Amino acid sequence: MTEMLKVTVDRRHPMAVIYTEGYINNQGGEEIARVAYDLIDDDHKVLLLNLQGTKIVNSIGISILIEIIEKMLEIDGRLAFCNLTPTIEKTFHIMGLAQYAKIYPDEGVAIGELSG
Amino acid sequence: MASSAVLREVTLTLPMLPDMEIAASKTATALAEFMEMSSDKIDEVRMAVVEACINSFEHSQADDRKVEIQFVVLGNEEPERLQITIRDSGVGFTPENLVKPTIEDKLKAASKRGWGLTIIKGLMDEVDIHSGPSGTTVVMSKLR
Repeated sequence: MTEMLKVTVDRRHPMAVIYTEGYINNQGGEEIARVAYDLIDDDHKVLLLNLQGTKIVNSIGISILIEIIEKMLEIDGRLAFCNLTPTIEKTFHIMGLAQYAKIYPDEGVAIGELSG
Repeated sequence: MASSAVLREVTLTLPMLPDMEIAASKTATALAEFMEMSSDKIDEVRMAVVEACINSFEHSQADDRKVEIQFVVLGNEEPERLQITIRDSGVGFTPENLVKPTIEDKLKAASKRGWGLTIIKGLMDEVDIHSGPSGTTVVMSKLR
């Protein structure tokens, strides 16, 4: 009924930007986690998740994003988000994700700050 | 609250199958657009409906593997409120016994899940939960 989430990556060592397109449900979250863990294994310690192509998420998908945040904390890395819809951003604040993963309005601002 | 007339009503019965929550969210969107809600409020309703469906799919253990969703637009002359009722015939739960999740606890926990009701309450204006051995009913509403 819904298409699989599409995930693409722009590697900018030591940072990487992960782009999503579609619904982040359990399968979508697992696909993001697979890509994120590959990047971590490849020594990327700063991951920026650009959700411009995602208009809806569910709590199962977000719970997998929390697993990625936990992993980044373990390796002293950073996960950040940009281009969230107002509702996704509000949801991340409701859940407290914003305390552990910074939210930027757009990719340019995020890269500028994360690269500094 | 002053009594309101039912301006529009839609009822869906969905099988508990993957991604069926999206069908419910599309109906919520159509009715919220009819009410001329803002796009941000429409997104909040969609997300709350998705969460309510998923909660039912995941936890109800309903023998019939179905969930009934009633959407009602209420108002006087103009639409004022969208009320959504999600009902299953599962085993129920005790809402008072649920522990409110925190990110600090979840980061340490093996399971990161259990956020559905927190999200629904954060996105909707009113939420009531009635649950017992014959099922669970979540009634939630959003003002235009």
